[in-house]
Amino acid sequence: MSTEAVADADRGWTPSPHQLQRARIAASMRRRRAVLATVVTIVVLGAVLAVFLTSPGWPAFRDYFLSWSDFKGAFPSVSRGFWFNIRVFLVAEPCVLVFASLVAVCRQSRSPWLAPLRLVSVVYTDLFRGIPSIVVVVIIGVGTPALQLNGVPTSLFWLGTISLILCYGAYVAEVLRAGILAVHPTQWSSAEALGLSRTQAMWRVIFPQAVRRSVPPLMNDLVSLQKDTALLSTLGVWEALRAASDWQGYHFNGTSLLVTALYFLVIAVPLTRLTDWLMLRQIRREQGR
Amino acid sequence: MRLRSSAALVAVVLTAASLAACSAKNDSATDAGGSASTGSASTGSASSASAASCAPADLHLYSPGKLTVATDSPAYAPWFKKDDPSNGQGFESAVAYAVAKQLGFSADQVTWTKQAFNTSYTPGAKKFDFDINQISITPERAKVATFSDGYYTADQAVITLDKNKDKASSLAGLKSLKLGAETATTSLTAIRDDVQPSSQPLVFDTDDQAKQALLHGQIDGLVTDLPSADYISSEIKGSTVAGRFSNSEPEEFGLLFAKGNPLVTCVDQALATLKSNGTLDQLQQQWLANMESVPVLK
Repeated sequence: MSTEAVADADRGWTPSPHQLQRARIAASMRRRRAVLATVVTIVVLGAVLAVFLTSPGWPAFRDYFLSWSDFKGAFPSVSRGFWFNIRVFLVAEPCVLVFASLVAVCRQSRSPWLAPLRLVSVVYTDLFRGIPSIVVVVIIGVGTPALQLNGVPTSLFWLGTISLILCYGAYVAEVLRAGILAVHPTQWSSAEALGLSRTQAMWRVIFPQAVRRSVPPLMNDLVSLQKDTALLSTLGVWEALRAASDWQGYHFNGTSLLVTALYFLVIAVPLTRLTDWLMLRQIRREQGR
Repeated sequence: MRLRSSAALVAVVLTAASLAACSAKNDSATDAGGSASTGSASTGSASSASAASCAPADLHLYSPGKLTVATDSPAYAPWFKKDDPSNGQGFESAVAYAVAKQLGFSADQVTWTKQAFNTSYTPGAKKFDFDINQISITPERAKVATFSDGYYTADQAVITLDKNKDKASSLAGLKSLKLGAETATTSLTAIRDDVQPSSQPLVFDTDDQAKQALLHGQIDGLVTDLPSADYISSEIKGSTVAGRFSNSEPEEFGLLFAKGNPLVTCVDQALATLKSNGTLDQLQQQWLANMESVPVLK
């Protein structure tokens, strides 16, 4: 008996026999759907599993990807590697947000003084959205030390992190710019009417609203950035993927890749769930529900 | 509504049935074929019954009448020359052609195919008869792939720029240097076990990347097998092979076959002949520099 029904009963209202019958039928249909869904799921998943388990290569596949002893063996070195991915992510993420905000606002500015910067930011976003991230990582990670410039970092941690910031800065800048454009023009007018300058209006009125609108896509890029830290394996630093491929090549066993996949999932799944929840919340708010 | 859901149920059952049928068909196909390409690891050795004769016509080959040999791309010197395995130049190219000749194949019956190292040993059907790619034989690897007998015994050595030469002349001195090696190699194991350096070694996919890192000072020393070390140091001005590691357990390069490939029996016979008649020694002298003068690190 739901709380609603209890409240109804308190008001001296009892559902008619007709209403009760309707509720019974609805409940039985719900039950039927649930049973059917369960059966369908079991049959389909069972069939997929059967295909796997009866395939001729299954024993070899199992030994190669699901070996418990290799799982235990690879775990410490992959863990040590994953700590590197975490550090890169924690440094890159705030830098990306700050950098991308500046680029996005710069593109929307009208001041003639900022014209050269506007040009630079347009070229930058086009360029870095167009080049595959792994190419950027290799060019910066291998090319910068080759220049042998003084004062430029040669630590691979920083070179790798900087290349990721450049790649993702471009994506995130575009997301934020879309958010800025999505803010209704009347907000500009209202800010102007209150006597705010254009700069003040941007930073105090428009930008906060733009960020609020952009949260779900921003979260997507954040999850994506977290996964792309694996690209730094190409530079020879000991991160999770590098540790896994090394184990794989040395022991001829790919279970280490499974360890890496699980590590990334542990981070990514909660983040994607959070993204979904934020998106739904925003939709609910916008639709006034 | 009800009609639609029952139709869906039928569709699901049909799909499941067809999937199951599909897998059953696979089963019967392999039973009939009886191929051991994905063989379960029940028997460690290849079946010698099918390898009674080693005439080219009786061999278990990937493509009939041809010997298909795989190696990684790029193919590095001194194992290959000019990144072209099919010219017979370089130690491993020469060994492959010597083995083919011993088996009764002419040079133009040998086909080369590109195979990245990290896909050469994975389970499943192979697109080659054997892979020759400086692959060290270890008991653990032999559980997943089948190896021929060794065709070369490799020592590990360290290359440094001249400025670090003194440090790199002893194991204790190496500890303080930033070292690098190629991924999944025994070179990396040598760094970890014999040197135990104070900073993490850098790990590269290819010799080229490692060379760049040494050139640009991202590593002070590069550990690789002796012939590669000799070749790389000849390419980098102001670098030397500072020393080699004493080899407590000599490690051997072997030809890699799909697990349980019966061809290995005949190839092993061919290698044994090439060893006893001095061909392998002669090829080694021809293509690999004599590195006896490189000091052993202590």
